[in-house]
Amino acid sequence: MDYLLTEEQIMIRDLARQIAEEKIVPVRAELDETGTFPHDIMKTLAQSDLFGLFIPEEYGGLGKGCLELAIAVEELSRACLGVSTTYAANALGTYPLLLFGSDEQKKRYLPDIAAGKKLVAFGLTEANAGSDAGGIQTTARLEGNEYVINGTKQWITNGGEAGIYTIIGITDRSKGPRGASAFVVEKGTPGFSFGKKENKMGIRASATTELIFDNCRVPKENIIGKEGMGFVVAMKTLDNSRTGVGSQGVGVAQGAFEEAVKFARQRVQFGHPVITFQAVQHMLADMGTSIEAARALVYAVSRFIDAGAKDVSKESAMAKVFATDVAMRVTTDAVQVMGGSGYMKEYPVEKMMRDAKILQIYEGTNQIQRNVIGQALIKEAAKANK
Amino acid sequence: MKIVVCVKQVPDTAEVRINPETNTLIRDGVESIINPYDMHAIEAGLQIREKTGGKVTVLTMGPPQAENALREAISMGVDDAVLLTDRSFAGSDTWATAYALSKAIEHLGADVILCGKQAIDGDTAQVGPEIAEFLDIPHIAYIRKIEDVKEGRIVVQRLMDEGYDLMESSLPVLLTVVRELNVPRMPSLKGKMAAKKAGIKKLTAADIGAEESKLGLRGSPTQVRNIFAPEAKRDRKIIDGTNEEIIDALVKELTGLKCL
Amino acid sequence: MFIKVNKDKCTGCETCLSSCPYDAIIVKDGKADITELCQLCRSCLSVCPEGAIFEVEEEADKKEKAQGSGVWVFAEQRDGELAGVSFELLGAGRRLAEKLGGEVSAVLFGGSAAGAEELIRWGADKVYHCDDGMFGAFNDEPYAGLLAELITQYRPEIVLAGATPIGRSFFPRVAARLKTGLTADCTSLDIDGETKNLLQVRPAFGGNIMATILCPHTRPQMATVRPRVMKRGEYDASRKGEVVKIRADNVKSRTKVIETIREVSEMSVNLQEANIIVSGGRGMGGEKGFQLLFDLAEALGGCVGASRAAVDEGWIPYRHQVGQTGKTVGPKLYIACGISGAVQHLVGMQSSDIIVAINKNPDAPIFSVATYGIVGDLFEILPLLTKKIKEVKGA
Repeated sequence: MDYLLTEEQIMIRDLARQIAEEKIVPVRAELDETGTFPHDIMKTLAQSDLFGLFIPEEYGGLGKGCLELAIAVEELSRACLGVSTTYAANALGTYPLLLFGSDEQKKRYLPDIAAGKKLVAFGLTEANAGSDAGGIQTTARLEGNEYVINGTKQWITNGGEAGIYTIIGITDRSKGPRGASAFVVEKGTPGFSFGKKENKMGIRASATTELIFDNCRVPKENIIGKEGMGFVVAMKTLDNSRTGVGSQGVGVAQGAFEEAVKFARQRVQFGHPVITFQAVQHMLADMGTSIEAARALVYAVSRFIDAGAKDVSKESAMAKVFATDVAMRVTTDAVQVMGGSGYMKEYPVEKMMRDAKILQIYEGTNQIQRNVIGQALIKEAAKANK
Repeated sequence: MKIVVCVKQVPDTAEVRINPETNTLIRDGVESIINPYDMHAIEAGLQIREKTGGKVTVLTMGPPQAENALREAISMGVDDAVLLTDRSFAGSDTWATAYALSKAIEHLGADVILCGKQAIDGDTAQVGPEIAEFLDIPHIAYIRKIEDVKEGRIVVQRLMDEGYDLMESSLPVLLTVVRELNVPRMPSLKGKMAAKKAGIKKLTAADIGAEESKLGLRGSPTQVRNIFAPEAKRDRKIIDGTNEEIIDALVKELTGLKCL
Repeated sequence: MFIKVNKDKCTGCETCLSSCPYDAIIVKDGKADITELCQLCRSCLSVCPEGAIFEVEEEADKKEKAQGSGVWVFAEQRDGELAGVSFELLGAGRRLAEKLGGEVSAVLFGGSAAGAEELIRWGADKVYHCDDGMFGAFNDEPYAGLLAELITQYRPEIVLAGATPIGRSFFPRVAARLKTGLTADCTSLDIDGETKNLLQVRPAFGGNIMATILCPHTRPQMATVRPRVMKRGEYDASRKGEVVKIRADNVKSRTKVIETIREVSEMSVNLQEANIIVSGGRGMGGEKGFQLLFDLAEALGGCVGASRAAVDEGWIPYRHQVGQTGKTVGPKLYIACGISGAVQHLVGMQSSDIIVAINKNPDAPIFSVATYGIVGDLFEILPLLTKKIKEVKGA
């Protein structure tokens, strides 16, 4: 379907697609098999200016918005979710600086991010703080002109690979949710180290590690926003990034769908290509329809955000939950359409199916997303009845 | 350092076929691309510029639609693009093509001229060395590595059948390059945006001061008399059975033919 | 000559568009138009249902053709050893000279007096030999300079070289300097009975199309010829001929060969001399797949080749490549594994005596040139075949 993209948006799509097809598709199986971080591909993305897509022009970026980012993420995801997770998590980690960073922080970090010289990671999750972000135990205590950070972040995408980390820690436990603050910490800061790399079911090209803070001292200026704004920073960041996860869903579903169609045209059973059987056609029809619906929603919400909407929690949660549920279903069905071949590693769909699962889990499980949507509905209804 | 890269827009030849019954071309949906070897020449030009400074100009001779190839080169980061286009170039063979390109290069000026080792449509590999001859400068073909380049001197590796030669040349020089030389970079977004807006400089036969008698068909010593489909015929024997049976049968046949 | 469209007859039906290999025909304002991409191959003349496309002769077409006599072949040497293609060129040169009348001469730069005599025994009437030290290693400018000088002096009608890295690099310089035509990479040469012009057949478009090229008005007619395509001349140990010593007095060079480095992989890859070649394509899946080929080649005592697809994927270096853009080979036995058989590959190996094709796709074009075809899984068949060969050889 034609989404009436601008010439520049089409240019972004074509470039991301070219990189995906020429640089990612040929190596994705190996990256998955060996769990190798794709340094070369990150270099290519950097040279192609894709890291600067959503960074303002004054900081060396291209000044584009959420939709352009969604388009790029979708194309990379169509080839490999492991790679696109690395790329999307970079954006996630950058949002706290973009949305709440001081001028000095922006000047200091954004140009390197835009140029792809440094990757960014976002550190919120902990062993006891997953869906319940209130369970955070990492602390940041002000001592003179420095914050002293202690604690361990878990399952952090780009951990160890990123040069810049935006993390959430508790500055005043007595204030509850208003006692958390966001910080930027650079790799190499004394007292900041990484745990082992996780061995994951999918998105194996992406790096996932613990971030370990042991009396890690950062200058007072490294706080993002003000003390106590940590949860606001985290929630607004997630509001913006969720559509990106949605576009990951659209991309991986599209990739699996195309593989399934291609296979179904070639595979002959009972003397006919299996695509001529209605049972297969109906599956493909449902897959194609749900992908288009997911894409339409992701693009619409992205445009809504780019238009400057204030509160986008509900809409971005809807885009995330819908598109990622579609991704799981479509990749599973792609394996089904391809039968035994789909289950084998010779074809990419089994990887896509394994990869897709994370989309329903990370950046807020789909259950949490539904909570967000539900609470927004209650709020809206209450307002309407006032 | 002034670097000129010569490129050619070619049909993606893997897709071109001939219909043996009608002796006509089947080229439905065949895309035009930058000759793949020329992509390596562009990359080499950009890498030399990164090292020595200077300017990379990409030059093509062709019809107006060859502009697309030039814009693609701009999106990779070349500074300038020149389209050499004139009706009088019609029917040029390699001799006349090389003559016209050499006049254009004379007009532009160059210290290093880079070409792909050959174009995939014609596969002649002649235009590069012929340009060098017309310009009366040295050339080295089949470059697989550029070891060193500085004012007035270049050291390269030339690919040969059984290895390579380490070669040195004075500048200006023309080099034709092979795939092993480098991996062409992807275009960048800023490059693509610049490419859309960039002005393409157009040169005609008159602009470069070319002699008309050396252009196009009149200037071409060779002519294409006809084209036809290649033959492929041989009696084949399919060997069937289980893998073990197949291998026994094959080894028996080959032994019988004294192949082993 | 030009190709033109009679605009009154043209109906704009676009039939001619797809006939043009050079994409030179466009339809503008409902009429076909021939653009400057036209190479005058005449493919479009016969397809127009209205007969609206025609050729126009020009005065220049009737110009007197230059004179010359005799066939020359450039005899390539590497490290003093004559390259095999030199003997093939003498064979081809002899056949052409029989149709034209006149002598066959060889030109040898570098090399030894014994080499010059060898060329006579392979069919040369005369050998122009320059043994100046500067010709030991191949260097374009001295080679081109001296050859152009000799041609200007002796005026041969035809000059041939091997389509090797050497011939393909310096022959264009000679042709450019002499203002004459050069046809690259010919696979067949003949003489037109009527005009006595050299008919030069070469593949174009990656070997998907063959073209016959003429050089009607200028002399010499120059061509490079694919190695391993032409039959060698007859060797006659008692043949006598003349060796003409040449001095290189006016030859300059701005390039210098600093060092020549041999690179021979584990399994020597002199494909063009090999009797047995085991070759792999995209179906080998990667470097690991190629290991199976090296195992089989070792068991057979052969070399490993590859299709362009496999080389482009980076599974094996370029020097193993067989085909239009790689090497032409003609072994006794060629085993093609996981190679679909694009024309680009076929032109490089179809003159092999016995071709065995192993592919999982029964419709792969490779089977059309195969002596023996096996449809099956390479990863099962190859190890079994290697084992069997070892048994047979060990026995």
